[in-house]
Amino acid sequence: MGETELGLALIATINFTIRYSIPITLGALSGILCERSGIVNIGIEGMMLMSAFTGFMTNVALSKPGVDPELQATGVRLGLAILAALLTGGALGLLHALLSIQYKVDQIISGTVINILAVGLTGYFYQLKAPTKGKLPAMINNPWTQAGSAKLQLADNFVLYLPYDLGRILFDKDLITYLTLALVFVLGWALFHTTWGLRTRSVGENPRAADTLGINVYRLQYTNLFLGGMLAGLGGAFLTLAAVGIFEQNMTAGRGFIALAVMIFGNWRPSRALAGALLFGFATALQGQLQQFGIDFPHQLVGMLPYILTIVVLAGFVGRARPPAHEGKVYEAE
Amino acid sequence: MMSTTVQSSSPPVAVPRRLSQLRAALWPILQSLLIPALSVITAVLLGSILILFDGRDPITAFEGLLEGAFVEPRGLLATFRNMTPLVLSGLAVAFAFKSGLFNIGVQGQLIMGSVVAAWVGFAVEGLPPILHVTLAILASMAIGGLWAAIAGALKAFADAHEVITTIMLNYIAAQFAGWLISTGSDGSRPGPLASPESVTDAIARTPRILPSAQLPTIYTVPPNFTLHAGIFLAIIASVVVMFLLQRTTFGFQLRMTGYSPTAAQYAGVNVKRVTILTMLIAGMLAGLAGGIQTLGVNYDYEGNQSLGLGFEGITVAFLAGNNPIAVNFSAFLFGAMDAGTTRMALAANVAKELIQVIQALILMFVAADQIIRRIYRIRAAGPGAQLRIGGRS
Repeated sequence: MGETELGLALIATINFTIRYSIPITLGALSGILCERSGIVNIGIEGMMLMSAFTGFMTNVALSKPGVDPELQATGVRLGLAILAALLTGGALGLLHALLSIQYKVDQIISGTVINILAVGLTGYFYQLKAPTKGKLPAMINNPWTQAGSAKLQLADNFVLYLPYDLGRILFDKDLITYLTLALVFVLGWALFHTTWGLRTRSVGENPRAADTLGINVYRLQYTNLFLGGMLAGLGGAFLTLAAVGIFEQNMTAGRGFIALAVMIFGNWRPSRALAGALLFGFATALQGQLQQFGIDFPHQLVGMLPYILTIVVLAGFVGRARPPAHEGKVYEAE
Repeated sequence: MMSTTVQSSSPPVAVPRRLSQLRAALWPILQSLLIPALSVITAVLLGSILILFDGRDPITAFEGLLEGAFVEPRGLLATFRNMTPLVLSGLAVAFAFKSGLFNIGVQGQLIMGSVVAAWVGFAVEGLPPILHVTLAILASMAIGGLWAAIAGALKAFADAHEVITTIMLNYIAAQFAGWLISTGSDGSRPGPLASPESVTDAIARTPRILPSAQLPTIYTVPPNFTLHAGIFLAIIASVVVMFLLQRTTFGFQLRMTGYSPTAAQYAGVNVKRVTILTMLIAGMLAGLAGGIQTLGVNYDYEGNQSLGLGFEGITVAFLAGNNPIAVNFSAFLFGAMDAGTTRMALAANVAKELIQVIQALILMFVAADQIIRRIYRIRAAGPGAQLRIGGRS
């Protein structure tokens, strides 16, 4: 175990952490948008899965021979694929809104419907080995090279090259990764500094009062669920169009539920949710890297930690998670 | 002819009145069956459209499904076998729902029950069969109950929403059980419950349970397809749950808490105690489901044998309107669907996942009964007829 290059392992761990945290951050942002306006969304998992699938299948369809070459150009093809994923997520968000607002279905049940439906539909239309013309490329390439960097020998098996290794963390990432980071700050700002944000929060806390003040509660909830669905959809698009490049059955593997945990962990605030997602990502990265670092500790037990931490935070043993006051309840206009 | 007219005319008003009374009494029961039945039919119709859309033949597909579930010699057996854990996971959801709690953690409780049943099954030696099986079953119920009671206690004392805590407990259970049986093939130590053979063939599992811990077989289709006695346990459990809910003080307090925790509190019900006990019992049912799968079907714990059972329990419970006895019938339906999928897939070249689509649509229609009422123009039932998690938030 001693031969492992710690510098390489360190960079790999950090990059894994970032890559794992992107879809979870997007899922958490989706949850924040919905719950801040009073609708619990446990269907994030299903929204991600379905969007991952439609995004991928759009990519597959446009990659087929005989399609107009202009449509096959990387930018257009993947742009359309991302659009398909966004619209899928948005449509499922609207379905969730329709079921829980119009038909007054319990919001937890409605979310569960979306989750089961997504597993079923994607499994039903799943095709083995559908080829594509590739996934999202890196948006900015690392401008620094290993040869041109200073070699830092920190220990016998711990070498870092600066600024090359720093560049490997900052660059070589795809569009959705950078977009996610931007969205965290845009949403965080919008929630607390715009009229829309104030209205969203007031509907989540006290829809009756908001209604009295002339806010159209249902329209705001429909809008936010559509936007929230699109955020989950972008998370799904990241999986099939940026990270993995192909669709596998049930590939979200619980990320939508982890996103919920991260949302609570971050106390329904975008920037803290990003921090929470990075923590989950790190714990997951550590699971795979323990052996690399020569630590003989069951990785499953490390994997349990973030979930235990979420419970601890939710129960208020550390800090206090306070959900929007009116989430999960149906608002009945008078 | 004459005599009948004379008889019917002698009490001229009573007959129609009795008829209308009968109709008035039957109508709610009929309606409570109508919505689930129409939900299933509508979901199957939509499933057929999906099959047509895929260029296949829905008639052949559903013929295959029925054949696989009922006609084949092992079909009905497989249906009953699949139904058993679904009755229990359905009960685990329905029971908690009656007190306004959404137990989405059946999956985790089931995993814990499953792995502990395997442990007791292989590690405890020298017991006579009846004692050994009973011990393993009790152990699986105990661990499932305790696992769920964590969420109950967190709800009661820290106001942590049970939906989130039970989801988290699902993942913790899966990881924990995964560690218990990990093969250690990548240079680390194998898990404490890993089978010695699993280290060589790298299939993570516990050792096989002893014959004395296996649930007795009640029927065998040659050569080796068996039905175990767990089905009786499941049906008995549904009766016990019904009795507990309808005929005991605790059941009354539980339902009262479900309608309004505040009112229950004022009436002197210890809501915290009810919450924890409800989760404990729901978890015991889920743990039993897991235990039965280990002791009657799998004979060991492998980690992914029970995928989805917990979530199917939600649909099973809601299709039954959370009525413990009705859970048996919706579990039978779902058991049949699961049993027939393979045959359906073979007969009509339709992907197995179609069944999941249909099951999701059933859940949607049962929950959003207004959709069904609108399509089939059925009068709305009175208030309180709709599925909703009680007055809790």
